[in-house]
Amino acid sequence: MHEWALAEAVVKSAIDMAQKKNLSQIKLLFLRVGEVQQIDMEVFNYAIKELSKGTILENSEIKYEIFPAKLVCNNCGNIWSYMESFQGLTDEEKEAIHFIPETIHVYMKCPKCKSADFEIKEGRGVFIEDIK
Amino acid sequence: MTHDPRLSIIDKRLESVKNIIAIGSGKGGVGKSTFSSLLSLFLNKKGYKIGLLDLDIYGPSNHVILNAEDKYPEEEYGLKPVNVNGIDFMSIIYFTQNKPLIMRGKELTDTILEIFAITRWRDLDYLIIDMPPGMGEVLLDLIRFIKNLQFLIITNPTKIALETVEKLINFLKEGNYLILGLVENMKIKDDNFVKEKCQELNIKYLGHISFYENIEENYGNIEKLINPSLEKELNQIVSNFIQKS
Repeated sequence: MHEWALAEAVVKSAIDMAQKKNLSQIKLLFLRVGEVQQIDMEVFNYAIKELSKGTILENSEIKYEIFPAKLVCNNCGNIWSYMESFQGLTDEEKEAIHFIPETIHVYMKCPKCKSADFEIKEGRGVFIEDIK
Repeated sequence: MTHDPRLSIIDKRLESVKNIIAIGSGKGGVGKSTFSSLLSLFLNKKGYKIGLLDLDIYGPSNHVILNAEDKYPEEEYGLKPVNVNGIDFMSIIYFTQNKPLIMRGKELTDTILEIFAITRWRDLDYLIIDMPPGMGEVLLDLIRFIKNLQFLIITNPTKIALETVEKLINFLKEGNYLILGLVENMKIKDDNFVKEKCQELNIKYLGHISFYENIEENYGNIEKLINPSLEKELNQIVSNFIQKS
């Protein structure tokens, strides 16, 4: 599962960050998860827990904030929600965006002016917001 | 202190790769993709474990040369590259259904980061990276994210191509990035124009690939791509850089 690859990156990053902050144990891991990749949160959370075993991240509290995806058209300025266009995608298209979010540009256009020149303003990727 | 975890995992994804060689030119149309595919096939035939990453995100083409269009990377805690005749191959083509991917520079960086973060390369002797033309995001991102990167520069024997190729070489030299040398591609005339340029720029001339008029007919046919004459030329090029890497 792709979620495992993301979880592995999160665990490694969190431990690296903790070492830089001289933390001997991570009590809280705060993650911001963008909507675009449609991450299976149950699998993602399980993968983080499994990969944390035996590390300073084990038994930490993990908080998630899911960020809605906002798309902005560079051509006409239209701002729209990813979920507005999401239902029109095929499973194959959803999977491509799940792996490489930028492929959204292959499968979506601005609903107002039909331009392909838009950007993912918010809601892309997974970020570590904080560790404590 | 928001942190992008992808930045921490790239080294781990590449930890089993002994050598990473970026095939670059700066200029388009000099044969980077064909050479990247040929070099990968040749090294693989020589017994090396090879990966090939097509980073020409806007114009990927190695899948055509290698006939790797109808495969798909397997999911296994990330993505396993496609196996093409023993070469581990990854390309954006597996996510775009061969449709245009139109986006701006920052998103190109995100695409490259994502590919490096999710692709699980096995132990490789060489990972060959086919770079796009230009000296923008892909070049800067590779330099920023990939440790121990080596550059192999390719040009055709024209003043027009070398005008740009020289700029790339100067940029890399100024930054002290490792340049294995330069390959002269599509050579027709028996002259020393590119060799002399290499002397002037103080970089190694690795060898040449002749202009093969019919090579395109064999795109997609791996068995026929490398003829004996081309094999001899590739052997010369490889023998000139392999001991250095």
